[in-house]
Amino acid sequence: MSIQTPNGFTLDNAGTRVVVDPVTRIEGHLRCEVNLDEHNVIRNAVSTGTMWRGLEVILKGRDPRDAWAFTERICGVCTGTHALTSVRAVEDALGIQIPENANTIRNIMQLTLQSHDHLVHFYHLHALDWVDVVSALKADPKATSVLAQSISAWPQSSPGWFRDVQNRLKRFVESGQLGPFMNGYWGNPAYKLPPEANLMAVAHYLEALDFQREIVKIHTVYGGKNPHPNWLVGGVPCAINLDDTGAVGAVNMERLNLVSSIIDRTIDFIDQVYLPDLLAIASFYKDWTFGGGLSSQSVMSYGDIPERANDNSAANQLLPRGAIINGNLQEVHDVDLSDPAQIQEFVAHSWYTYEDEQKGLHPWDGVTEPNFVLGPKTKGTKTNIQEIDEDAKYSWIKAPRWRGHAMEVGPLARWVIGYAKGMPEFKEPVEKVLTDLNLPVTALFSTLGRTAARGLEASWAVHKLRYFQDKLVANLKAGDSATANATKWDPSTWPKEARGVGTTEAPRGALGHWIVIKDGRIENYQAVVPTTWNGSPRDPAGNIGAFEAALLNTPLAVPDQPLEILRTLHSFDPCLACSTHVMSPDGEELTRVKVR
Amino acid sequence: MPTTETFYEVMRRQGITRRSFLKFCSLTATALGLGPAYSAQLAAAMETKPRIPVLWLHGLECTCCSESFIRSAHPLVKDVVLSMISLDYDDTIMAASGHQAEAIVAEIRKKYKGNYILAVEGNAPLNQDGMSCFIAGRPFLEQLKEAAADCKAIISWGSCASWGCVQAAHPNPTQAVPIHKVIHDKPIIKVPGCPPIAEVMTAVVTYMLTFERIPELDRQGRPKMFYGQRIHDKCYRRPHFDAGQFVESWDDEGARRGYCLYKMGCKGPTTYNACSTVRWNSGVSFPIQSGHGCIGCSEDGFWDKGSFYDHVTDTRVFGVELNADRVGLAAAGTVGAAVAVHAVASTIQRVRQPGDFGDRTPGGNPGADDPAKQQTGERS
Repeated sequence: MSIQTPNGFTLDNAGTRVVVDPVTRIEGHLRCEVNLDEHNVIRNAVSTGTMWRGLEVILKGRDPRDAWAFTERICGVCTGTHALTSVRAVEDALGIQIPENANTIRNIMQLTLQSHDHLVHFYHLHALDWVDVVSALKADPKATSVLAQSISAWPQSSPGWFRDVQNRLKRFVESGQLGPFMNGYWGNPAYKLPPEANLMAVAHYLEALDFQREIVKIHTVYGGKNPHPNWLVGGVPCAINLDDTGAVGAVNMERLNLVSSIIDRTIDFIDQVYLPDLLAIASFYKDWTFGGGLSSQSVMSYGDIPERANDNSAANQLLPRGAIINGNLQEVHDVDLSDPAQIQEFVAHSWYTYEDEQKGLHPWDGVTEPNFVLGPKTKGTKTNIQEIDEDAKYSWIKAPRWRGHAMEVGPLARWVIGYAKGMPEFKEPVEKVLTDLNLPVTALFSTLGRTAARGLEASWAVHKLRYFQDKLVANLKAGDSATANATKWDPSTWPKEARGVGTTEAPRGALGHWIVIKDGRIENYQAVVPTTWNGSPRDPAGNIGAFEAALLNTPLAVPDQPLEILRTLHSFDPCLACSTHVMSPDGEELTRVKVR
Repeated sequence: MPTTETFYEVMRRQGITRRSFLKFCSLTATALGLGPAYSAQLAAAMETKPRIPVLWLHGLECTCCSESFIRSAHPLVKDVVLSMISLDYDDTIMAASGHQAEAIVAEIRKKYKGNYILAVEGNAPLNQDGMSCFIAGRPFLEQLKEAAADCKAIISWGSCASWGCVQAAHPNPTQAVPIHKVIHDKPIIKVPGCPPIAEVMTAVVTYMLTFERIPELDRQGRPKMFYGQRIHDKCYRRPHFDAGQFVESWDDEGARRGYCLYKMGCKGPTTYNACSTVRWNSGVSFPIQSGHGCIGCSEDGFWDKGSFYDHVTDTRVFGVELNADRVGLAAAGTVGAAVAVHAVASTIQRVRQPGDFGDRTPGGNPGADDPAKQQTGERS
């Protein structure tokens, strides 16, 4: 049966149902079901979050100064971004001002995450959707070297280098123990790279795996460890001591030099390996224009990377804030996270209950009561689901909407908003890529556009890292070495009741935490995370979310191999532990599973 | 081609020279704390032993353990995955999805019955019929039990698999339980931490492959070699603790001088882990070195022991009647008083040893074997 969604997509669930569960190479657990027509084109898509943990209820009654550590454990891949969002929410509620250096170091932490996370996503989570590992065995190492040297100055590019990688790969494949490459979709006709490009990408897959652990040492310097560095309400925990006795126990010149050298090497890796690879791969997939989904009509970003401390205005954010709806790039709307009419979450198709499920709730008034029921058209049993019924509740993810609109968030959203606002740092790189690949601006709105925006952002982020590290040093030179403001550390200085909101732009998109504090304790805590937006199920009006929209109308080369589905889902960099952590107010099991 | 090649064969096939191989063995022996004498034994073992399949399952978790694992510097995770183990199932990095992925679990169970390692990141929820974490339409608990049925041993990665961690914090809404609560018939090695240190993770794997045995465990199931001592025992800020020099407020003079973080809530005195010795990310730093107290993330139930900024007032870390609060109060008075108290405490410590403190007991750490004592850090 064919239906039209209010946000303009045609769904038809008549054809063959294909189930992908688990969707791998993501964070957390995701299921995807699609219906294929007689030409193996996706005509209906269903995205199901298959886990939840209940962190918000666990936070109730706890010390707000501890919340960063709990929320940081929402996700270990985008590690730190929830912690930053949390300390911002608490500081907003309590009116705490942070020192300039603390703002700068927080930006350095966040930009380190962006650089690392985008790099690892491209090579280790996403590349195998475009790169056929087995095909690399057929490559000519000399031709691979010519290719590599034609696109980059990266020194590890000799024929011998690629021959060595190829030999190692050959012996690995011949061993019969393929490890993580076992049962991959090698040889699928949707792979378009010549063997030489595949070999180059495999070599860089391994180099990136070695290199990524260097980038995060910046977190280790300022936060003590990675994953899950430490944060502090009121500033950052690392004190700075450049001159005096005991400097070796604090951030000193040696530590600053360490960070600086890592930044330089990361700039080289991203600009000489990641970006050239991205453009080279994209040039072979220019005809694969699928996966745009919501990106051409509804995108949103909260903005992040404040230039100065304690100024939350849109103008102070280096990553743009705004919302675009109905595909009108001429108008970027303001986003106000405190306005109850703007962001609301719906649960009509999520495994939760509201009193009135036709209505949405703003996060400060959020209710999260689980209700795991399956619809009448479910195939299978309650603990062995063969096919899910999307007319009923079908996901552990809620459906957030901005003024009623399903929105896409993430690097592409940020870059489209920056482009629409005419911000040169975003507009110029986008135009250069489009020119280099000879593509129209509409090519942005696609799976590849999402992947390209992430790469551009990684480069943007690592150069901003350089900027903020230099800014830190300049401020130290000017005599300011403060890193924390402890004047409101003691809960006796707090108001009896307070509410706040904190935001970041996580690698995967707009992230917000809403907190209510009462008598020095957390009264309510709600997080609306990027994959809640992108992975959202339908809302009561029938609007589909970004994953579902992006999958529509994509042909599968081999219907039994979900390569194209993975390609588009991975372009969002899904994070399911993030999106499905919500839980009931009292923490009890409120329902039994029923198959109606 | 045979599927049971030795590490050495695999490494040689991948273009690694014998010289590099021996260097690797030497580094690994050092990382394991075994000393240079063991490097030859390690090399011999790796020349004769096959690559072992590993199934790495993910339950309720945040993937920080996987992220930590790929940070390993010695050995590099590239070498672990290409040369030491056969990481046949790990949904964070594997190429296959859906039924092509699930088929691997069945295949490995059959082909390597009793001869593969099951690594578990995260844990299983029991509420909601287990469906608050489902994979291939079925509860994660079922996948876990099936994969465990034919494995040789289980590694419980991180605090989720070892203890329950954040989703099991009060009131544990999903009834998330650690692996040893649902699997009772297999050896389980707990490698706690949120996450565990990368080189500790790879060392545990390498140790098992090399010596063909599981590491010696304490009564809580943790490898003694990495979890036998408290952070506090080897903390480089320990002299400031002993001297009564504490950070009193964030970014104060004491913080800038690297004084002890005990009064800011540091859980180093009650936390058994290798952070203050192995350190993090190739030894760059660890939480205390970067100015924040230890939050005790490798301890059972660390989320529910009060605020991370409450200090551990019931801890007799000196092993005497004085606790550190009183030392700190004295230190706040005059320098002379602090020195005097330190002298008294140190004298009493000297009188009381050996045998009072885990790190000074020749036979190991008695506290580490007793959960009740370990939580408070009390001497035996």
